[in-house]
Amino acid sequence: MLDDPKVSKILVEVRDLKMHFPIHAGVLKKRVGEVKAVDGISFDIYEGETLGLVGESGCGKSTVGRAILRLYDITEGSVKIDGIEIGHTPQPDLRTMRPTMQMVFQDPQASLNPRMSVSAIIGEPLDEHTKMSKTEKRAKVMDLMDQVGLNRDFANRYPHEFSGGQRQRIGIARALALNPKFIVCDEPIAALDVSIQAQVVNLLEDLQGEHGLTYLFISHDLSMVRHIADRVAVMYLGRVVELASREQLYAAPKHPYTQALLSAVPEPDPWIEDKIERVILQGDVPSPANPPKGCNFCTRCPQVMEICKTDEPPTFEIAPGHVTACHLYSATNTESVS
Amino acid sequence: MLNYTIRRLLISIPTLLFISLVIFLLLDLAPGDPMSSIPLTVPPEVKEKMREALGLGEPVHIRFLNWLYQFFVVEPQVAWDHLFGTDFAEGKQRIISFQSRSPVMTVVAERMPQTLWVVGLSYVIGILIALPIGIISAYKQYSWFDQIGTFISMIGFSIPTFFSGVLLIVVFSVILQWFPSIYDTTHTVTDWGSFWYQVKQMIMPVSVLALYNAAQISRFMRASMLDNLNQDYVRTARAKGMSEKVVVLSHVLRNSMIPVVTVIALGVPTIFGGAIITEQVFQVNGLGQMLITAIYASDAPMVQTLTFIFAVLIVLFNLIADILYGILDPRIRYD
Repeated sequence: MLDDPKVSKILVEVRDLKMHFPIHAGVLKKRVGEVKAVDGISFDIYEGETLGLVGESGCGKSTVGRAILRLYDITEGSVKIDGIEIGHTPQPDLRTMRPTMQMVFQDPQASLNPRMSVSAIIGEPLDEHTKMSKTEKRAKVMDLMDQVGLNRDFANRYPHEFSGGQRQRIGIARALALNPKFIVCDEPIAALDVSIQAQVVNLLEDLQGEHGLTYLFISHDLSMVRHIADRVAVMYLGRVVELASREQLYAAPKHPYTQALLSAVPEPDPWIEDKIERVILQGDVPSPANPPKGCNFCTRCPQVMEICKTDEPPTFEIAPGHVTACHLYSATNTESVS
Repeated sequence: MLNYTIRRLLISIPTLLFISLVIFLLLDLAPGDPMSSIPLTVPPEVKEKMREALGLGEPVHIRFLNWLYQFFVVEPQVAWDHLFGTDFAEGKQRIISFQSRSPVMTVVAERMPQTLWVVGLSYVIGILIALPIGIISAYKQYSWFDQIGTFISMIGFSIPTFFSGVLLIVVFSVILQWFPSIYDTTHTVTDWGSFWYQVKQMIMPVSVLALYNAAQISRFMRASMLDNLNQDYVRTARAKGMSEKVVVLSHVLRNSMIPVVTVIALGVPTIFGGAIITEQVFQVNGLGQMLITAIYASDAPMVQTLTFIFAVLIVLFNLIADILYGILDPRIRYD
């Protein structure tokens, strides 16, 4: 939540990140192809800001989040967090770096070990990464529970005894335990009902203010992203198609996909709702195992051109801090940033 | 949990009474006559006298109530007397085997150690082999270790013990002459030499049964581990920066043990039941073999008592499995 993100330090630097999952088939389980879940994306996250990552289901949002934290072994590319390259660090060496980068998971029910009490779940990272005494740990756990608004008396209860919102608070407290700088929020509100969503998002914002956290906020909820994010990246089929500040993106979306996506947001006023011209996309998302040639969006783009079907669009900076990958803007701005 | 246990124990009383009645009636209705092995030269009147002497002259319900009284009152008193030197059971009729005319419980107490040693040890060894195999197989799914483990489990599952037992006898007793083919129950361990002999005679029956047990439990362990390895909380544990050892052994294994512990607990009564076939193959004088001979000889009190003891154990270990489930899985509450 800084006024001008440009002046602050880059905390996370992602370059040409690719995450391909192999497909094995046949009697001998030969590798016959790969799902290109994330296919060459680059962006920076500045210290203290929230980068929203939006896109439809299956476009690779969650994979990006997990790949950045190296919960996967990435196929290609570089990830720098706090100046340290972790793109290809072997998993055992990564463990010592985990305290800097944490994740809040999508499904608060499944992502908590059902056999561990809340205090054990929150306190476990402390056993591994700190040399606190038992009382210090206990105090820290209690402090974290206070911060996320959980009653201290619940410390010895088990995850199944909580409501969805409370469980997500446990997940957040757990992520905060090691004082991370960077937290990936992987659809933290998708599994919660609307009244609880606001609580959790506000909690995340409060915590960001208190601890100076940096978020990558992954969501398919455009209005929620508008509420929390400073800058927004839009993904389609494993690629970032547009990246801009929140104001720029919501006011003047440039990429046809972003335009279609934003036009799908329902309007609360029924009079306006009736008059909205929606961009309705035809067809389905192509399989990431077999993406189309050229621009990934060319099969469904309402403004498709010949060049889109042959050449992959480079990234154009059409305004300061507003980049998009679309051939429509090659004429207006020839300066390529990638 | 305590209330639940007490409630379950109370419910098990009518259950067991009903089971004992069913067993009794089944045995009574079953064909076969304890007098059938008496030579034909013995006149029918004498046979009738002998039958009455065995208590078979009474009607069914009297015999059943008699058995109940003997099993639940007299036999515990005998055990009490034996332990504390009292004489409550003085002069009371115990459950007597038709074959040996000695009290059934005495015979059971004589046979129990062999069965517990051979079958129990094979169960323990089977578990000790199965758990690591299941864990590693699941952790490295489709690796060569997993493939070999699966293959061996399939062998253990599909080859019956009367085949693998005889095969071992042919190879190790007949051809190689390493181990004795018959288990000598009278053998007593007094020094290292006799201990070594005891080990040698136990190796084959124990390994036959251990293979069989390990095959089952390792499959359960593997399946349960695989179930849990893909759970979200495992990813959470990795994201916390826990070491692989902690992730697998503390997070995944603990959750995977819930169904496996239940399976293991439910398998314990079968130890007491003895491995009937394996005990026959290796001539181990255990409970399983005793049951078979008793059935051949129409020795109703012996069969009735043994079967009922197994029923009690099964009911008991079902309860234990349920309680373990409640202890291991905090999501399960019985109250």
